[in-house]
Formats: sequence, C-alpha cells, structure tokens
Amino acid sequence: MGVSVPRREGPDKVTGRALYVDDLSLPGMLHGRTVRSSVSRGIVRRIEFDPAFDWNGVVIADHKDVPGANIVTHITEDQPLLVEREIRHAEEAILLVAHRDPERAEAARRAVRVEVEPLEPVLTIEQALEARVRILGKDNLLKQYAIARGDAEAALAEAEVVVEGEYLCGHQEQLYIENNGVIAERVDGGIVLRGSMQCPYYVHHALQRMLGLPPEKVRVIQTVTGGGFGGKEDYPSVIGGHAALLAWKSGRPVKIVYDRLEDIAATTKRHPARVRIRTGHRRDGTLVATDVDVVMDGGAYQTMTPVVLSRGALHAGGAYRCPNVRIRARAVATNTPPSGAFRGFGVPQTVYAIESHMDRAAAQLKLDPVTLRRRNAVVVGDITPTGQVLRESVSAVEVLERTAERAGWAEKRRRYARENAAAARAEKAGRFPPDGRRLRRGIGLALGWHGAGFTGSGEVRIQSLAALELTPEGRPCVLAANCELGQGAITVFAQMVAERLGVPVELVEVETPDTAKVPNSGPTVASRTTMVVGGLLERCATAMRERLELFAERAIRDGADFQRVAKRFLKQRGPLRVERRYQKPPGLEWNDQTYQGDAYPCFSYAATAVEVEADLDTGEVRVTNVTTAQEIGRAIHPVQCVGQIEGGTLQGLGYALLEEVRWKDGRVWNAQLTNYIIPTSVDAPPFDVTLVENPFPGGPYGAKGLGELPMDVPAAAVVEAVAHATGARVATIPVTPERLLRALAGEETR
Amino acid sequence: MSPLRTLSLTVNGRRRRVRVPPMKRLLDVLREDCGLTGTKEGCGEGECGACTVLLDGAPVNSCLVPAAQAAGARVVTVEGLAKGPALSLLQRAFVERGGTQCGMCTPGFLVTSHALLARTRGRVPSEAEVRTALAGNLCRCTGYQRIVEAVREAARLKARPARAKRAAKRASRPARKAAR
Repeated sequence: MGVSVPRREGPDKVTGRALYVDDLSLPGMLHGRTVRSSVSRGIVRRIEFDPAFDWNGVVIADHKDVPGANIVTHITEDQPLLVEREIRHAEEAILLVAHRDPERAEAARRAVRVEVEPLEPVLTIEQALEARVRILGKDNLLKQYAIARGDAEAALAEAEVVVEGEYLCGHQEQLYIENNGVIAERVDGGIVLRGSMQCPYYVHHALQRMLGLPPEKVRVIQTVTGGGFGGKEDYPSVIGGHAALLAWKSGRPVKIVYDRLEDIAATTKRHPARVRIRTGHRRDGTLVATDVDVVMDGGAYQTMTPVVLSRGALHAGGAYRCPNVRIRARAVATNTPPSGAFRGFGVPQTVYAIESHMDRAAAQLKLDPVTLRRRNAVVVGDITPTGQVLRESVSAVEVLERTAERAGWAEKRRRYARENAAAARAEKAGRFPPDGRRLRRGIGLALGWHGAGFTGSGEVRIQSLAALELTPEGRPCVLAANCELGQGAITVFAQMVAERLGVPVELVEVETPDTAKVPNSGPTVASRTTMVVGGLLERCATAMRERLELFAERAIRDGADFQRVAKRFLKQRGPLRVERRYQKPPGLEWNDQTYQGDAYPCFSYAATAVEVEADLDTGEVRVTNVTTAQEIGRAIHPVQCVGQIEGGTLQGLGYALLEEVRWKDGRVWNAQLTNYIIPTSVDAPPFDVTLVENPFPGGPYGAKGLGELPMDVPAAAVVEAVAHATGARVATIPVTPERLLRALAGEETR
Repeated sequence: MSPLRTLSLTVNGRRRRVRVPPMKRLLDVLREDCGLTGTKEGCGEGECGACTVLLDGAPVNSCLVPAAQAAGARVVTVEGLAKGPALSLLQRAFVERGGTQCGMCTPGFLVTSHALLARTRGRVPSEAEVRTALAGNLCRCTGYQRIVEAVREAARLKARPARAKRAAKRASRPARKAAR
C-alpha cells in the first residue's frame, strides 16, 4: 500500500498488444453507420433511398425494427433509440445501415435522404428560460432543486458588504483519444456486446429493454478502453443499442466505431452553465450569506442531467462555512445533443463560479484572495448547506496553506504586481523590451472540494456487489464490473486485495468486466471505484483470508503458502467465492425530498495555484506554472494519484483557456481536432503536485475519491491569474484571446 | 473503387507485399493488411499523432500517408520497438513512470520518442526539447509530465553505458589527461 507497483496492463499498452474494440474483427462482421438529422428540431416527413444506389447486401434498420421498446434507458426513459417522428436535436439518429464493406456502408448512409419539416428550435439557456418556444412542458425545465439553510435573503439585506457576479461556461468535449465503439453479436437468441465503456451494467440494463430480452440473454463485455472521462458512461447504451439492433436484424456481428467528427458532433458533452451569485460578508471578509442560482443546459434528453445538476448544486457554495445559504438549480431542455457525464459532473461549473466569485469578493473587500479563503474555509465540525456535519478528514485549510506556500503565493502576488506596473510605466515612456511584446504575469489560486461516491442515497439504491474467488490455480481473482479506463483501477484493486490477503500483488488476478462473469459492483463513475468498490473488495479479502486460515488452522505466511492452502481448500471443500454488498455506514442519513442530510460520505479537497503570462496585444495566455496540493485520504498508488491530478488539472486548464464547442444552427462546427483545441505538451505547464493524506475511516486504507477533484479547481485560478496579470476579469470561460482583448477594451465578454 | 496495386514495403524489419488501392491510408494498410493493430486512429486528420509510425526513420502520421508513398520504404510501428520479448528501455520507463494511462495515444508517443532518442544519441534531451518533439502527439490522460519524465529517464538509462564507456577510456589514459 502506498507503493507504485507497475501498472498491470502497462506492458500490453506499450507493445501494441492491448486490443481495443476497433482492433477486433469477427467472422462475417458488418460495419454499421448512422443516418442522422441535420436539423435541430422538426418532423420526419419522408425517407428516400436513392434508387441509383445498389442496396444489395445493405442491412437497414429503423425504429420499427426495435424488438423491445424504442427507448434508451438512462435515469429516465425519454430518449428514443431511433427517431420515430419528431427530431429533438441535430445529429439525432434516425436510421441505421450496415454492410460487409465499411466503404459501402458509408456510401449507403449517404444514399439515404431524410425529408424533414423543420420546427423552430430552442438552442440556448436564455431561449429555454424565455419559453417563447416550448419544447418541454410549460417552462422547458428538465429538473430543479432548491437547497436552503438559514435565511440568505435576510442576511444579505443586513450584510456589511454584498458582492454580485455572473459566471458562464460552455460545452466541453471529453475527447478521450479512442472514439466510442462497440461490436454486437447475436448468439443463441441473445446479444453479446463488446465495447469501450465505463458501465457494463448500464448497457446490460438498456439492451434488455430495447431488445425485450431477459437478463441472461444479454451479455456485455468491456474491451480495453481508451479513456472515458464520463463520455462513456451513458453513451455506450446508445451506440450499443444501435449495433445490437443491426445485429439482431441481420443475424451477423456488427461493428460501429465512430470517427472523430461523428464522435464530437453527436455524443454527450459537459453541460453549459450560467451561475449567478450574491454573497454577503462582514468587512473582514467573513461570509454571512450565499445565494446561488445555477442554470444548466441539459440538451434534448435527460441522460444524466438530474444527477449532474444535483452534484453541481451541492458543491455550489464552495468549501466554505456560511450560516445562510440558498442554492437554486435548474436544468433546461434545448434542441442540442444531450449533455452528459464529464469528469467533475457539474462541479467544475459551480466551483469555477463560486471560486471566481471569491476572487471578485476579495477585490471588492480589498483582501488577499488566500486570506479571504482561509477565513471562510470549512474545518472539522462545520455544517454544509444540506446540514451535513463535516466530521472527519477535512483538509480545506491545509491544502490552501500548502499550495500557497509551495507556490510562493505572497511573494509572487507582490512581485508580479510590481513588475507589471513597472512594465506599464516603461511602455508609457516609449520603452519596450527587445521583442516589443507587452507581457504581464499573474498568479491565481482556487480551492475546491469533491464529494466522493454517489450523491445522497445513490449508493444505497444501486446496492453494489463485488466478489473475490479462487482460481483453480489457487490465486485470488477480483470480480467487479468497474472498468480500467486508464485511471489504474485494476492495479489498485489488486493492491488492496493483496495487502489484506498478505500475498504479492502479482498473485492477484482481476477479471475483465463481463456481465456473464462479474457481479454488478456499479458504474465506473463518481470517484467511487477506489473508495466504494475498493472497500467492498477489501472486505472480501479479509473474509477470504479468515476462511482460509480457519480451514488451515493457522496463519497464512506468504503468497506461496496462500496458494498451497487455497489449492487444498479447493480440493477438499470445493470452489470459494466471497461476496460483499454495499452497506450504508451507520450515521449517514440523506433525505431525497428535503435535500437535507449527508450528501456524501466525505469530501476530498484541493487547492491549485496557476501562474500565467498574458500578451496584452494578442490576448494570448500561457500557463507557466501550476502548484497544487490535493487531499485524498490515503494515496494507494502515488504515481497513479499524481497521474490523475496532473491529467485532470490539464483538462481543467483546457476548459479555462482553449476548449470551446462552437455551434451553428444547433450543430457543432468545430467537430475536429483541427479546431477543437486541447492542450499539447507545449501548452502544458510543469506541475508541482503535493499529495496530502488525511485518512478517511470509512474508506479502504483511508482512501477517498480522487478522479474528478483535480478537474474542478483550475478554471477559477486561471481567471484570477489573468486578472492579476492584466487587470481584466473575464467572466466567461474559456478565456480565449478574443474574450480577453474585449475585456481589456472594457467590453462585455459573454 | 480504385484498382488494386501490389506494393512492397519493409515493416519492422520484415518484407511485406500487399495488394491495395494506392491511395489507401498507410494506417489501414498496417492495421488491415499487415494485421498490426498497435497503430491507432485518433482523429484521421493528422492532429493527434496516435497513428505515428516511422517512415524511413522519420515519424509521420500514418493516417495522412497513402500506401503508394510507403512503397519500398522501411516502416517501424510500436510492435517493432522492442527487440525480442523484453520491453525496450523506453517502453519500460513509460510503464514505470506513469507515461501510459488509457494507452490509446501510447503507441504514437513511443514511436515519436524513439525517433527523438535516436536523434539525441546518448545525450539526455532537455525537458523543453522533449516537449517540442512530442507536440504533435495528443494525450488526454496524463498531463504530459509523466511522459516527458519517462522519455528523459529512458535517455538517461540509454546514455549510461555510453558514459561508462567514455569513463573507462579516460581511465585507461590517465597520463594524457594529467598532461593537459
């Protein structure tokens, strides 16, 4: 534990042996293509198949071919697998074609013409709220929540200082390097689906409903997955349903693998958000009231929106102590492709907003941003807006102080301000540096928190089950549905089991997530894999060791001894399989109706300082340094922990500076890596990462969730660093050169 | 459909003859006709570098190279980086230093890094040099720092025998050194 053993599947990945879904081919396999809508909203009038095209060997499937229900089951059942009549977003799937030859399949797709009677669409949060055009109920609302503690309105009226702000963020694309892809096969009156995914049992559930099959007739197997970040949480049920339908109809295996264009244009993205905040402070900065209004754009169907909105709202007040809080959160429907899960799950939006707001407050109060945060950051015993008492493993102040210290915050804050002022004076006097550039430097810092595991009663509802069994060779084998996505899940599982069994990590096997072999230990989401599922496996391992030691009537000494005892057990007693199901820890209470109680078993904490260099003439911002301290309970595998933190932070920097999905008439017009820009190795700064440990008694070996936390924090730090460097505070991310130049000119930056 | 042509090329040291349309992407020739699926497609337009291979020693995006252009050339893919069953120094460093996570970009990074280390030959490239060399390969998982460290670690390990040899040479000529 705490040792960075080599990544289990590492050798396969560095030699090209690892087989991703597109590397697989089945005999007689067809290639599927998707006919999509080019309009955002309308009614399908006619579908025409080009008579000049040779349709021989082309399999065609539409909604009438769906043997079960034409529904993609996520949280609700509002999304059709294929359009029946009404189109609700551009790129919505209308019809499927498949052919032995991928080029013929593509040609067939182009030979289908869909005649649509267009309807006026709703494309933005503003249009949805205005509700002049109604696409859902009377108010276009997908979901809303209200969280309240104390009396925010009264406290604001009496506050010595009131700070107001509005913060906007757009879509962000997950941009896993491996696009979505699956292969479906009709076997013995059932379906076997292999593919790139995070949640095999979500897909298992969705396919039963679509195909009208019992659970045992559907089998879902995860293939090596080239990144997910939430983008393969709900979407595999859609593409999986499409391939399964084609396979069902044709009786042949069908592969669908998107190219980058289709993946960016059609699949889910991070929810855009508009967040309005009012805070009331005493003159020394102490928070007395927080009032937050969050609106997210859910797109055309619900997918994961209710839970994204909920998590976003629960984190919207930031990691701060405040006696009077009101958080209102709404998600609107628009005629854009459904927004979905993306690392952070609503929190990057709301933490960006509250943290940027704290910087605005610091400026208004004439306080140092770190001083203001330290004065209000939560400590043990503080109470969150849902009334949750933070009892243990609370490290907001510690990560703040460590980050500020390691980054040289106080000194750089003063020095950059001095240097920037000197540069401005020199330029005024006509003296420029040799390259003529007007550069300014700045440093910003933000504090974030992330609740680990499912929100509220989520874990109770899904009742995860994980297992550990003995292989015929007497080796322990992990059985869990949680997927290796690159985050290192299977290495950590093996470590945690090995430690409890007292065997070397190499002895432990980890079964591939396959619904025919592994129990439903829940989805690979919500920073829950290590903490929640790892906890179940830790308990399995403890129980297995007890069983074997009881059998042997002595302690197990080492790996070889374990195997000896295990083999003897198998011979005399038969197979050994130990299962453990999630049990709600005592004292954890949550009420879904009142939205009061323990929203999460615990929170992880992070502070990130970002230094930038901004060019006043081009508006370009370069990140020169990042310093971050993150408290994750216990670091099971330090190299992988740091990998998560650096990678998540860089996604956060991309969110803050580069990544903008541009829309034209409800369609993405930059659906390419040429124009949807993610950070490269030269955009990425050096990272200084400090892992802070403050063990959480409820997690295995003290571990808390980690995967999403690093993504939540960087955006606000970038905005503040740019403000420190240039004096211009941009309220819309990403802070593109165009926005910064407009802000410098004193114009609106929306 | 364009007419098929027979082309020969050397892939990972082995001569191959393939019958393909001349404009077929080298990426697809490698994956479909040579059965080497280690080379990945990430974007299909030369932006992400997941499909990087060496063409006569130079890293190229194989999604942008037509088969005809590779006729007669020496191609090296990720499958050709290790000599024998053991991992190369570079591959080992990627595994140990956290240079690979989801692994989809890894073949491209390894091939580009391999070319860089062939170029720097026993010298450990600076961090900036490594970052510039890798700027055409996109990774969404790591934040790049683990990759940069892995490449420099492999360079250090590679440089060690060379340095040891130089030291040994110096040791064998103490008089001359003292004379200076």
